[in-house]
Amino acid sequence: MSDAPNLARNVTVLDLQNTPVKDANTALQTAQDGAFAMLNPGGRHALACGLDAPVSVSIEGHVGYYCAGMNQHAEVTVRGNAGTGLAENIMSGVVRVTGDASQSAAATGHGGLVVIEGNASARCGISMKGVDIVVGGNVGHMSAFMAQAGNLVVLGDAGEDLGDSIYEARLFVRGKVARLGTDCVEKPMRAEHLDTLRDILARAGMEAAPEEFTRYGSARALYHFKIDNAGAY
Amino acid sequence: MNDQSTERSDSSGAPRTTPVKSATFDDHTLSEIRRAAATGIYDIRGGGAKRRVPHFDDLLFLGASISRYPLEGYRERCDTEVVVGARHAAKPVVLRTPITIAGMSFGSLSAQAKEALGRGANAAGTSTTTGDGGMTPEERGQSKLLVYQLLPSRYGMNPDDLRKADAIEVVVGQGAKPGGGGMLLGQKIGPRVAEMRTLPEGIDQRSACRHPDWTGPDDLEIKIQELREITRWQVPIYVKVGASRPYYDTALAVKSGADAVVLDGMQGGTAATQNVFIEHVGIPILAAIRPAVQALKDLNMHRTVQLIVSGGIRSGADVAKALALGADATSIGTAALVALGDNDPALEVEYQALGTTAGAYDDWHEGQDPAGITTQDPTLAARLDPVAAGRRLANYLNVMTLEVQTIARACGKSHVLNLEPEDLVALTVESAAMAGVPLAGTDWVPGRST
Repeated sequence: MSDAPNLARNVTVLDLQNTPVKDANTALQTAQDGAFAMLNPGGRHALACGLDAPVSVSIEGHVGYYCAGMNQHAEVTVRGNAGTGLAENIMSGVVRVTGDASQSAAATGHGGLVVIEGNASARCGISMKGVDIVVGGNVGHMSAFMAQAGNLVVLGDAGEDLGDSIYEARLFVRGKVARLGTDCVEKPMRAEHLDTLRDILARAGMEAAPEEFTRYGSARALYHFKIDNAGAY
Repeated sequence: MNDQSTERSDSSGAPRTTPVKSATFDDHTLSEIRRAAATGIYDIRGGGAKRRVPHFDDLLFLGASISRYPLEGYRERCDTEVVVGARHAAKPVVLRTPITIAGMSFGSLSAQAKEALGRGANAAGTSTTTGDGGMTPEERGQSKLLVYQLLPSRYGMNPDDLRKADAIEVVVGQGAKPGGGGMLLGQKIGPRVAEMRTLPEGIDQRSACRHPDWTGPDDLEIKIQELREITRWQVPIYVKVGASRPYYDTALAVKSGADAVVLDGMQGGTAATQNVFIEHVGIPILAAIRPAVQALKDLNMHRTVQLIVSGGIRSGADVAKALALGADATSIGTAALVALGDNDPALEVEYQALGTTAGAYDDWHEGQDPAGITTQDPTLAARLDPVAAGRRLANYLNVMTLEVQTIARACGKSHVLNLEPEDLVALTVESAAMAGVPLAGTDWVPGRST
C-alpha cells in the first residue's frame, strides 16, 4: 500500500486489513447511496461486486479477479491495477481503473462504462453485450471476441484477432491492429460514429480526436451456416 | 409362404444369392453420406445419443432375501427428500424427490413448455433449471425452486435474476457435447429470443464453449467466490460437467468450492448440436457415476457435495440404480419433454409431414415441433396447454418417485439414498466393469477383482 489517501470527511472507510471481504461487500451492497473508500485491497478478489445502487467506491490499490463484477448503478474507481474479469457482466454505472487491467476486462458487459486508463490484456470486451469500454493504452489478443453489442474504444494498438466472430458491436482503434479476427472488417467512419465516439471519449474523460480512429465491425458473413464458410467456423 | 415365389433366378435358371447389406455401410450410414454430399453441412439435431450404449437396463437389483429383509410396501416409511447445497449455502435446496428438471432454455423451448415444466416440478416438489438464454419472468413465476445457469455465452445473464435464483449452476459442459458450445438456429431466434440474447433476429446463433472470464479450476474457485459474494452466500452453487473424465472433473469442482456436481452422460439431450458430436464425444452415464463418487469419497465429500446425474434417466428404476451407485439425485430433460407431449404418436400425421415419425423426431432446432414444445412459433406453441402438460409431468415424476420407493423398500432401505452398490448386479461384463458391481451370478467385478 502506498501513502494513505486523502479522503473526504463524508467517505465511509472499509479497511480490508481488518474487514473481511464478505463484510465489506455487504456494506457496499446494502448502501443506497454515499461514498466509500476501500483501503488495503491487497489484490483481493471479488471486491465491490454485485453493487446495485448509485454509490461511489474508491479502491486504493491493486485488486484481484472480478472487481466490480455485475455492477449496477455504482461508480467504482480502482487506483491501481486490476486482475482478470474487471467489471465482468457490468449492467450499468461506471468502473474506472487508473492502471492496467488483466484478461477479460468488461467481459459480457451489458451496459455502463468501463474505463481502463492503462492497457488491457487479452479478451478485453469478450462477448460484450452493450457496454462501452475505453482503453487508454493497448488491448491484447482476441479482444471483442464474439462481441454482440456496445462500443470498444482503444486509444493505443490492438493485438491479434481483434473482433473475431463479432456480431453487432463497434470497435474503434486509434493505433495499429496486429490482425483482424474472422468476420471482422474495417468499416467507414460516418458522422454518427464520430458523434458516438466523441460522446464516449468525453464520458471517459479521455482526450483524443475521433477522426484519428478507425472503425471495425462485422462483415456478417458468418451469421448463417454455409458450407462455403466451413474454413472460418 | 412359398420361398420360391420370392427367390428370383437368373437367365440360366440358377437361384440368385440373397443381397447382403453391409453392417459397416448400413442404410443409415448410406443415407447420411448422401445427405452430407447433397447439402455440404453436418447433421444438426436435438436429443442425446441414440446409439446403444451400456445403460441402467444392464443392471438389476437383488432385492431382499433371507440375508436381508424388505420394508413393508405402503406401510413402512421410505423417505425421498434430498437436501442439496448445505456445504456452503445458507439456504440449501430441499427436494421432495431425487428427480430434478435439467436445464433447458427459453428459446429452445416455448414459453408454454417452460411454464409446464415449472408447474410439474412444483407439484412434485422438485426444481427446474433455466438454460442458455436467461430467466424469463414466467419461468421464475411458475417454478418454486429454480436453478439459474451461468453459461459461457452469458446470454441474458444479469445480477437481478441471479439474486432471484434458488441455486446457481455453473455450466462447464453437457453430456451431449462435452467441449462444445450451444447452437440455436435462425428459425428460433424470434424477436423475444433475440432481445434476451442481444443478437440479431434470425441468425444462426453459436455459443462459446469456454467461459469468457475463467479458464481452469483455480479461476473457477474465484468465480464461485464472486457468485457467492453477489448472492451473499445464500444459495448453493452447482458445477455441471459433461461426462468425459468424471473423476478429475468432480475432484476439481469440489476443489473449486462447488456445493453440488451435476454430471451429464452422453445420452443427455441438447436443443441443437452436430450429430457427430452427440454420438461420438463423451461417455455413458453408467460409466461416469462410480468414478465421480470415488472422487467425492477420496476427498471425504460424498454426501457433503451432492452428485446429481443425468443422461438417459427414464424411470424410477433408472433413478434407483443411479442412487445405488452413489448419486444423490438425478435430472431429466428428454423424458420430461416426452411427458409434456413430445413425440406423441397422436401427432403421427404431422411428424410424417416433417419427414419423420413419432419417437424419432429430433429436429428440435427447426422450430416446427407439432407438439408446441421445441418451438418459438406462436401458433404451434399455443397447442401446448401448460396446465395439462404440467399435470402430466407431475404424474410422471410422482410415478418415478413411487418406483424408486418400491425398489428401495424391496432392498430394505428406509431412505432412497440408502441404496448402495451392494444391492446391484450386472447383466453384462461391460456394465459390470463400468458400474463396479458383480456380474450376475458371480462375485466377479471386472477390473476390480480377479
